[in-house]
Amino acid sequence: MTGYNFAYLDEQTKRMIRRALLKAVAIPGHQVPFGSREMPLPYGWGTGGIQVTAAVLGADDTLKVIDQGADDTTNAVSIRRFFARTAGVATTTDTEAATIIQTRHRIPEKPLRDGQIIVYQVPQPEPLSKLEPSRAETRRMHALAEYGAMHVRLYEDITRFGHVAISYDYPVMVNRRFLMAPSPIPAFDNPKMHMMPALQLFGAGREQRIYAVPPYTSVESLDFDDHPFRTTRAPHPCGLCGATDAYVDEVVTDDRGGRLYVCSDTDHCETRRDAGHTGSESPDQEQAA
Amino acid sequence: MAYVAVKGGERAIDNAHAWLAEDRRGDPAVPEITLAQIQQQMGRAVDRVMAEGALYDRELAALAIKQAQGDLIEAAFLLRAYRTTLPRFGYSSPADTAAMRIRRRVSAVYKDLPGGQVLGPTYDYTHRLLDFALAADGRPPAPAAQAPAEAATMPRVSDILRDEDLIEGDGARDLGREPGDLTREPLAFPAPRDVRLQALARGDEGFLLAMGYSTQRGWGGSHPFVGEVRVGEVAIEIVPPELGFAIDIGDVTLTECQMVNQFKGSKTKPPQFTRGYGLVFGHAERKAMGMALVDRAMRAEEFGEEATAPAQNVEFMLYHSDNIEGTGFVEHLKLPHYVDFQSELETIRRMRREAEVVG
Amino acid sequence: MSLDLPGFADPVADAQSAFRALLDAMSRPGTIRAAGTALMPPAPLDAATAAVLLTLVDGDAKLHIGPDCAAARDWLVFHCGTDPCADPAAADFVVSTTLPDFATLSSGSDEAPESSATLVLQVEALGRGTAWRLAGPGLAAPATLVVTGLPADFAARWAVNHALFPRGVDLVLCAGSQLAAIPRTATVTEA
Repeated sequence: MTGYNFAYLDEQTKRMIRRALLKAVAIPGHQVPFGSREMPLPYGWGTGGIQVTAAVLGADDTLKVIDQGADDTTNAVSIRRFFARTAGVATTTDTEAATIIQTRHRIPEKPLRDGQIIVYQVPQPEPLSKLEPSRAETRRMHALAEYGAMHVRLYEDITRFGHVAISYDYPVMVNRRFLMAPSPIPAFDNPKMHMMPALQLFGAGREQRIYAVPPYTSVESLDFDDHPFRTTRAPHPCGLCGATDAYVDEVVTDDRGGRLYVCSDTDHCETRRDAGHTGSESPDQEQAA
Repeated sequence: MAYVAVKGGERAIDNAHAWLAEDRRGDPAVPEITLAQIQQQMGRAVDRVMAEGALYDRELAALAIKQAQGDLIEAAFLLRAYRTTLPRFGYSSPADTAAMRIRRRVSAVYKDLPGGQVLGPTYDYTHRLLDFALAADGRPPAPAAQAPAEAATMPRVSDILRDEDLIEGDGARDLGREPGDLTREPLAFPAPRDVRLQALARGDEGFLLAMGYSTQRGWGGSHPFVGEVRVGEVAIEIVPPELGFAIDIGDVTLTECQMVNQFKGSKTKPPQFTRGYGLVFGHAERKAMGMALVDRAMRAEEFGEEATAPAQNVEFMLYHSDNIEGTGFVEHLKLPHYVDFQSELETIRRMRREAEVVG
Repeated sequence: MSLDLPGFADPVADAQSAFRALLDAMSRPGTIRAAGTALMPPAPLDAATAAVLLTLVDGDAKLHIGPDCAAARDWLVFHCGTDPCADPAAADFVVSTTLPDFATLSSGSDEAPESSATLVLQVEALGRGTAWRLAGPGLAAPATLVVTGLPADFAARWAVNHALFPRGVDLVLCAGSQLAAIPRTATVTEA
């Protein structure tokens, strides 16, 4: 795109973000403030993730962008186009082929490998924000590792409901030191963050924070000895590929209570179908029925 | 019906953009609006977009308004996003509003003062009756009568009070450092007043109006008087390091409001008036006044006042005054949240199952 | 006059690839990566040292140039567009060919541990010399980093820095056109 630098951001802005990224990697889970810029996409629509990706991306990279696990959701399409236009990089929907994956709300089902980078879009980087609205105060709480209030909040759930009632953006402890918001991924995805071989970068544009989890770093979902963390997913196989261990979206098929469950990770689902896996809605299945 | 995974995001976006362009243009039988018309006849809208877009360029602001179909927050966003990509050649010298070429200047605290009261082009005393003559193709109005300018200089009311030592200094000259710049540095707290004022100058007019209003109704009140509101053109100068002297790079229209507020005094300070300050691009009295009320409210701690009202909470005010941030985050709720909603569905179903077992 | 020597041939692409090498090195302590292969910086700077500084330093970051690197000062001022800072304790980046006392550099604060210094230390060689054992985030299993040019008491000095966590200095080692990093999270012992 003429008139703009490679990957849109000017070099001075990239240097500022790069300095923040290196410090973020050196202090796993700690939110590093950065001079977030206005982007040509609205705040809350991935400006933090876009700035991180733009600072990291090179001409040799292959970029995958997902939203809700899917490559074809409109915001994912819009962001992928933005980088195709401003950086001319190769894009892919194949998790395995991507060197950088920018994501909103999911971690791909296929385990990420050493050398890959996953960039999370983060609306609210402060895991304590619902307990303490002042950022000056939460910063102090992180400095002192004063996380008792979060444990109390979780335990209140256990007393009331018998289990923790947080189902997404479930707080994690990184490297046994910093409480971190994993971004609004379903708690189902939390275990994938633990000792992940890929580098995990997090960008919150509106809130002006960058944070990171290096590869092979401990990421533990908060829990209690007598109430260990556990994940949930809809107890149905994917209607298209039959997967029983992948996270599924619920699709309303009629006004009589009809529901269909399909993989939220579209690449995972397609790969499985290409390999011959079928579900209840597969065409040959229908013919058989 | 066989379920087909939703595809075609790319085509949907292209089609949506085409429809938007058609919608923007409206009926092609009606002549297309020009940027000159917007600049000349929608001047207050242009001013607001420049202020909230934080870029003084009337033509680009007019383009943004046209492109955004008159949605002024969307237009300000367009201007902001463009602004970020501009190289930064330097910083101007402080603008001297005392040397403003006045179009309008009113003081609510002195009946008369050097330079006089200048009513200028104001809606204040118009009767708010729809003018149906404007609906017809009107001829240009007759030129307004203009009194010869009385005095060459119009001292600022705050300077008059300052001469008598009845009002605090404006603090601008004793900063002892370069003013902060929140377009480069992330907000950090406690935020100094220069950074707060920068944030407010870019802030949403509606937000500043509402929060300023709240201080008048007892939520952090500080007994304000309009020392002065002035509107006019101010020369902007830069000092290029290779030249070493100031050169004039152009004029900007500014609106400045100096609120004069009561202060009882403290152990270290004698009783004197305090200031609330508002400075905004363009002709924008409502915003400059709201800004001045809010600025003074945010100084509560500095004067040892109890800070209990929303307008006195600096963090609350600065994190919520920007409409580009606000509109982005509010409107992002339109983006898909299927995954999170699914996890909530499962959690709530599970809780209901458990409740039924217990019940 | 060292100003005759050019900086990056392609400032955008070269800075990006040097940054990725750094990001990778910082994410995987002890991993050796190439950077600034085509650079010809003035003495005493090696290509990797120069590449790291060109990539990260500008007018918004404070660079302290160690006395042993003073000969490259003009080149760094020109190509990084920075005004070097005399006080190492106030610097975001410190470049040196000898290991300074970590206590003389900023280790940040508990509330802002990211404000600590990054020490860019040029050593004689990476990949030959003394072996150091590294462990911590970024490493599935302890790794070995072989360096010529770190002092014999490095492990003990590093341990003091590491113990400050979350505060602490982060270290980038450069030699020739290679670099490796030791973030504050890493433990270092003699292998």
